[in-house]
Amino acid sequence: MNDSIKLNVENISLILQERGRFLTLLDHVSLKIRQGRIHALLGPSGSGKSTLLYTLNRLRQISEGEIYLDNTETRSLNILDLRRRVGLVMQKAIFFSGTVSDNILYGPRIQDKELPDPFHYLELVGLNPDFTNRDPNTLSGGQQQRVSIARALANDPEVLLLDEPTSALDAQASEHLEEVVMQLCQECQLTVVWVTHDLHQARRVAQDVTLLYRGQMLEQGEAADFFAQPITVEGRAYLDGRLGGVE
Amino acid sequence: MSYLSLGLALGFVGLAAIVSRYQELGLEKDLAIGVIRAFIQLTIVGYILSYVFASHNQIFIVLMISLMIGVAAHNAAKRGKGVPQAQSIVLIGIAFSEGITLLLLLALRIIPATAQYIIPLSGMIVGNSMIAAGVTMNRLTSEFKLRRGEVELALSLGAPPKKAALPVIQSAVKAGMIPTVDSMKTVGLVQLPGMMTGQILAGADPIQAVRYQIMVMFMISGASALTSLIVVLLGYTRYFTPHAQLVVHDS
Repeated sequence: MNDSIKLNVENISLILQERGRFLTLLDHVSLKIRQGRIHALLGPSGSGKSTLLYTLNRLRQISEGEIYLDNTETRSLNILDLRRRVGLVMQKAIFFSGTVSDNILYGPRIQDKELPDPFHYLELVGLNPDFTNRDPNTLSGGQQQRVSIARALANDPEVLLLDEPTSALDAQASEHLEEVVMQLCQECQLTVVWVTHDLHQARRVAQDVTLLYRGQMLEQGEAADFFAQPITVEGRAYLDGRLGGVE
Repeated sequence: MSYLSLGLALGFVGLAAIVSRYQELGLEKDLAIGVIRAFIQLTIVGYILSYVFASHNQIFIVLMISLMIGVAAHNAAKRGKGVPQAQSIVLIGIAFSEGITLLLLLALRIIPATAQYIIPLSGMIVGNSMIAAGVTMNRLTSEFKLRRGEVELALSLGAPPKKAALPVIQSAVKAGMIPTVDSMKTVGLVQLPGMMTGQILAGADPIQAVRYQIMVMFMISGASALTSLIVVLLGYTRYFTPHAQLVVHDS
């Protein structure tokens, strides 16, 4: 087991000003994400899971605190390089105009480097190479999310952020996607941060978990320990389905 | 045209007032204010123009054009509510395209450098640039809201803001140019443009009037395109932080 810390989040807060009011979306959150593991971000809706995820590749600006990638503070990194190193798959698959291949090569094309073979990335996510010339909007939900993952992988990221990628998929497609991600994590030593509200899914895929509630980090640790014996009352309530969201 | 004929033309407004009264639209007061304001404003403009034309003083030309640009920018900026510095963006867009278009017209000797040509043509350029700037600003805001996911997806894949915003930029420039392009397509078939109509009514040769109108249409299409482009290129940057994060403003 590799215990080195890939992402180290130290005491971050995110406060927004909206119509003259201050909204605290993240409140002094700290967590450590270990290299080559799947880390699930759990919590009821409105707890700040997705917001936290979006701060990791700096699509959202934190108001205070620091985030380190391999011991380097992310604000000192070139923002575009950081986003290539920390890829994101959104909740809903969105595609640029063009084919599956155009979408996969979107990231590499920006960098003016030699273009990789899109077949390779389709293979990594378990899709048939025949898909390259298809319109991604004609694919099934599960296939679309796998193309989204392939597109993120084409930037050769070290970390993959997944924002509830299976929320619109049926059980079979969800499990297939879980297998793909777990395999990627093992074979490519990819670090995965997975936002999910599905406890069964978290049990199946995650090695580490963090529980967020109302913008605060309540617990974190190994998934097996958390599911067996949560430390906090809220953690127990969450596992029992008694911790309500704020929305 | 005699003052009697002008007075009789008021009958058309009277007709509008009767319709308003009959349909209980409550527009009679606004109509009356409109008639009085139009009469006073246009009469004052008429006197100012005759003074400016007679004075041959270039300062007046500059002042009049500046006033037009200021009012147009103020008006167009309302369409970009919530966007920081919307007023400066449209002001630069309108002023720049007016300057370039006028400079080309004069440098290529398409029009003589006299107030009679410069002021009315500037009015047309600025008026149309105002519409283009307003539509562009409006579309920019709505497209950023609509395509937020797509723009953030591109950013997440390492795209710089300009590349990420490209579909929004293209759509906004297109929207700003559509009114001009559409009016070019139907001109002469649907309506005879104001300038040409005015010249014909004033006794000019219709062929000569048409030539001026074609020049005006080309001039306006160039100015609208330029305004839209400047407004978009200055405007899209206001939707991103210095750290390439998308900010969608409340309007």
